[in-house]
Parts: sequence; C-alpha cells; structure tokens
Amino acid sequence: MTQTVPPRGQSFEHGLDQSDKTVAAFKTKKRGLLGTIQHGLHGNPTMVPVIVLLLSVAVFGLVAGGKFFSAFNLTLIMQQVSIIGMLAAAQSLIILTAGIDLSVAAIMVLMSVIAGNLAVYMGVPAPIALLISFAGGTGAGLLNGFLVTKVKLPPFITTLGTWSIFYALNLWLSGAQSIRSQDIDKFAPLLKFFGNTITVGNARLTYGSVLMVVVFLVLWYLLNKTAWGRHVYAVGDDKDAAELAGIRTDRTLLSVYGLAGLVCAIAAWASIGRVGSISPQAFYEANLHSITAVVIGGISLFGGRGSILGALFGALIVGVFQSGLRLANVDVLWQVFAIGWLIIIAVAIDQWIRKVSA
Amino acid sequence: MKKTAILGATALGLMATGAWAETTACLITKTDTNPFFVKMKEGATAKAKEMGITLNTYAGKLDGDVESQVAAVESCIAAGAKGILITPSDSRALAPAVTKARDAGALVIALDTPFEPADTADATFATDNFKAGELIGQWAKAKMGDKAADAKIGFLDLNPSQVSVDYLRDQGFMKGFGIDIKDPKKIGDEDDPRIVGHDVTNGNEQGGRTAMENLLQKDPGINVVYTINEPAAAGAYEALKSVGMQDQAIIVSVDGGCPGVQNVKEGIIGATSMQFPLKMASMGIEAIAAFAKDGTKPQNSEGLDFYNTGVTLITDQPVDGVDSISSEEGLKQCWG
Repeated sequence: MTQTVPPRGQSFEHGLDQSDKTVAAFKTKKRGLLGTIQHGLHGNPTMVPVIVLLLSVAVFGLVAGGKFFSAFNLTLIMQQVSIIGMLAAAQSLIILTAGIDLSVAAIMVLMSVIAGNLAVYMGVPAPIALLISFAGGTGAGLLNGFLVTKVKLPPFITTLGTWSIFYALNLWLSGAQSIRSQDIDKFAPLLKFFGNTITVGNARLTYGSVLMVVVFLVLWYLLNKTAWGRHVYAVGDDKDAAELAGIRTDRTLLSVYGLAGLVCAIAAWASIGRVGSISPQAFYEANLHSITAVVIGGISLFGGRGSILGALFGALIVGVFQSGLRLANVDVLWQVFAIGWLIIIAVAIDQWIRKVSA
Repeated sequence: MKKTAILGATALGLMATGAWAETTACLITKTDTNPFFVKMKEGATAKAKEMGITLNTYAGKLDGDVESQVAAVESCIAAGAKGILITPSDSRALAPAVTKARDAGALVIALDTPFEPADTADATFATDNFKAGELIGQWAKAKMGDKAADAKIGFLDLNPSQVSVDYLRDQGFMKGFGIDIKDPKKIGDEDDPRIVGHDVTNGNEQGGRTAMENLLQKDPGINVVYTINEPAAAGAYEALKSVGMQDQAIIVSVDGGCPGVQNVKEGIIGATSMQFPLKMASMGIEAIAAFAKDGTKPQNSEGLDFYNTGVTLITDQPVDGVDSISSEEGLKQCWG
C-alpha cells in the first residue's frame, strides 16, 4: 500500500485513513431454518394462531370425519364461539395496554339483565333499553378505567373487585331468575335479533357470528389505522416512554376501558339471541374463557404486542378443539385438559418468539 | 357512671335470659341466589315464626363454598342452636364440622343434598332424585309407545364431576325408560344403542343450548332429550328450535320451578318432576321443635336412607300407569 499525499485544504475524514470504514450495522448471525421461522413469526403475530387453527381443523377433519368438516358444523362452531369471541375482543383491548379485565363477562351479563328487565318487565321500548345497556356497559368500563388511571389501582385488583360488584348487582336486579325466551319473544323480540340466521345450503350463520367478525374488523381498523390505535400499543409497550413522547396516557387508557365496556354491552345483546333467554347465572366462567382465547391468539399478557385478530383465531381454536374432541367421543373433562395445555403451549411459543428482540 | 353500667348489665342479662328461653335453629344453604334455596329460606322462616323459634340463616357464596358453610356451622354451635338445617355444598367435606355440632347437642338435618355417608347427619329430608328421574323416564317411554324401542336419546347432564343429584336423576331416567344402567353411580358406562350421547350444561340455559347443539351434531335424529333441570331444558329447546326440530323431540326435566312449569304448560317441556323445597324446610323446623321439646329424632322413609319429601310428575299429556298432575295445578305449587 502506498502512502497517499493528503489533499490540500480541509479534509475532515483524513483522520480515518488508517481505520475501518465500513458503515455501522447490526451483526447478522446466520439464522438457520428455525431462526427464520422465529423471525417471521415475530413480524406477523397472527401467524401462529392461524397455523394452529388450520392444523387443528385438518387433524379433527381426519379424526372425526365428515361430521366435523360439514358446513353445518363449521358454522356451528362460529355460533358457539361468538359470545366468547366478542368478550375476547374486549379483553384484547385491555391486555394490549398490559392490563387484564376479570369483569368482562360480569359486565355483559349485567347489561343483558338490565336490557331484559327494562324491555320485558318495565315496558321500555327495546331500542331504548338497548341504548341504556350500551351506556351502562360503557359506564362500567369507564369505572374500571377511572380506578386504574386516577386511583392508580392495578387492573387485576380493580377488575377483581368490580367483577364481584357487577355479579352481585346482576343477581340483585334479576332476583337470580331467568327471563324466559317466550316472554322476550312476546314483549321485546328485538333483543333476540342476533339469534337470526343466514342459511346458505347447510351453513347456518347467525347474525351474532357475523357481528363478532364485524366487531373484530372495526377494532382492528381502530388499532392499526388510527393515531389512537398507535397510542394504545405505545401505552401498552411502555407507559412512561409513551408519556414522554407526549401521549396522554391516562386518557388513552380510559378510552380503552370505556370501549371494552361498550363491546361487552354489544356482546350482551348478541348473547340474548344466542342463549334465547336471559340467564343471570350464565357465562360465569366466561371471564377466564376470554383470557384463554386472547392468550391462545398470541397477544402478549405483558402488553403492547400482538394483533387483535389473534384473539378471534384463539376463540376459534378453542371452539374447534371442543367440537372435534366431542365428535370424537372424548369425555368433557379431557376437553378441559386439552385446553389447559393449549394455553401453556401458546404462551411458551410467545416467549420463544420474543427472544428475537432480546 | 356506675349506675349506667349496672343498668346496662341488667339489661344485657335480661336480654340474654330472653334469648336462652327460646329455641334457636340455623338454616345453612348452598347459596343465597338460587331460587330453590330462596324458597327453602322462605319456608323455614315462615315455619319458625309460626312456632316461635329463633332462626339464623347463613349461605355459601357459591355452590361448592365449603369454607363459608363450616364457618356457619361454628357460628351455630357458638349460638347454642338446638338444631341445624343444612344443604351441604360438599357431601363429604362438611362431616367434621357437623359431627362437632352433634357432639354439642344439636340436631343436624341435611336438606336436599344427603351427606356421604347419610348418617353423618341425624336425618335427611330430600327429594328422591332417582325416583324423579324414573318418573320422567317412564313417562317418556309410555309417550313414545312402540317407537321407544328405537328411540334416540340425548342426555344433558350437570357437570363433569358426576355429583349424586346428577347421576341419580340421569340413571333414574334410564331405569324408567328401560335402559340397563350398569353401575347406578356412574354416568356413561351404559352400552344401550339408543343413547346418542351425554353432554354437560352446568344447569343453565347457555350450557343447555350448546350441549344440545353438540348432541345434534352426533345424531340429528335425537327424539328424546333428558335434562338435569328446567333451565337446561329451556336452552335445549332453543337449540332444537334454531334448526327447526322442536317438534321432533320430547324434552323431559326435573325441578318444578315456576318458569319450568310454565314451559310445560306451553308444550316446550313434555314432563317435569317437581320437588318441594318449602316442604323440606318447614318439616325441618318442625323436627327441630320436636327435638327441643322431648329429644325425639325424625325417622327415615321406609327402605331409604333419607326422609322422602316427595316428587310429583307435572305434565299436560298424562299417560297410563304414571301418576301426574297438570301444569295448571303445578303452577299453584311451584317454587321460584
């Protein structure tokens, strides 16, 4: 190498002559097949549940045969998961902010009891009864949000408390008695609107299952295409950083809780169509089922990561498992067992994918 | 100062003697929310008032809440109760607490749910759940006539734990319908080809609907549906109606709640076996009063390890050989 004569005048890079001039870059290790998959999944958080869903449909299709694979059964699964699915949508919103909502099902049941009592027993026109229940659901969500943001209680504690409160109110208002299907038909048929079905061949889609998909698409749009949605992710990922970046974090959180409450109230309307009657004792375990769907759907319990559509697939995976195992004549207790393993495996996969960014 | 203290003490003393002179009884139910237990409490309260007995009532927070019931039994012992009426939320776990109460001299009567073994308590006043199932089984068989030989039956049970009321009603129905029940304490060991399948409902409408849908998936030809209780039956009806099959299947149930009897009247439920929570409670109070007076203890019904408070079949389509009353009469006696 010959020593070059430095040019005249100013030359700021002259000092670098003897050193490495490559541009700064991240080290790229060879990933291998597994690593490539891991990376791909990190970039597309809904891929895991979609793959699991397709696989489980294929497996149960083989095991349980034509009964499982019929259009009738596949649409039946949609019907059966529609309510849990909507609760999972509400739950996803909260979990994206690194919270958890144990009260979703209690809000839903309370709002169905309120709408039912007003419309069936008190002669309030059904549309107004429903509007009141929507307002009530939003209010219940905002109460959770207020306790979390202003009183600074952890979401777990807040919603554990409000779960009890809403459940007790529900039993008090209803006298622990169901409102009969026939009475709803007579006085407020609108309450059962989402029980109607669209029949195409053997497929029977209830309005309720269509509503579930619409709820997910609207929330997906809000979360992914609006500034508000970006704020929700930012708050969930790191609240302090979001605050420093100028996001009004408390206001964002409050809006998330309010919206989740509203979604629960909409689910309440759909649940009346699904169940037929209004039962204060129904959906007692649905809080946990909604969390199950979210977790299986790959939304991180630590907040800020995952697509809300994952929860939809999570709910469908649970539905497919239950239907498939039942048709294969597996006892109910083993269905519960299988769902338990699904949850654990889902979170383990989530943790593995996260290592990419570690 | 001193004067008030003495006055206060005298007042307390007077109150105490007043309370001790009366007989105290306790009623401990599984929950405060189930209409069945609400009715039971009404029955006990009315009877206690009539007989001049002081009644303390307690309830668990939810079905299976053993902790609260143990605490309630302890409170009753502390209050010197002469008798305790209890619907155990766990038929085994409460035995030690109940034994303590009996050692302390209280008469303990199980209502609705027997202890295991039944002689943990002094007596049990309950519905014969096997009989309740048997009645609706006999009715369904007679109603179907010749077609009963190749019926397709769906069973909507309670939950996966196979508790006594669940298997007693389920197996009773099978016996009534003429199915070989094998082990009478086990659901699901039968091999009669008429059985389409079993699913669980948690005893509410939501569970009833989903379970019925699942069984229809196994065999859309189901024409007899056994249900553990009337809310589950209402859910099953919704599922059948949604696929336009409500006229194909007979639904039978157990309980006798007013909404259920109303459903019999409207033809949604074919027949239901009514139980009598009010009677269980008022008889319990009478037994405690008798025990407080001269120490007599209630006797079991002949051939049973409990006192049978009776069960009545409610249907508007009576069949030969099975006694029943109409839904009209049933509505006068229903609870909840």
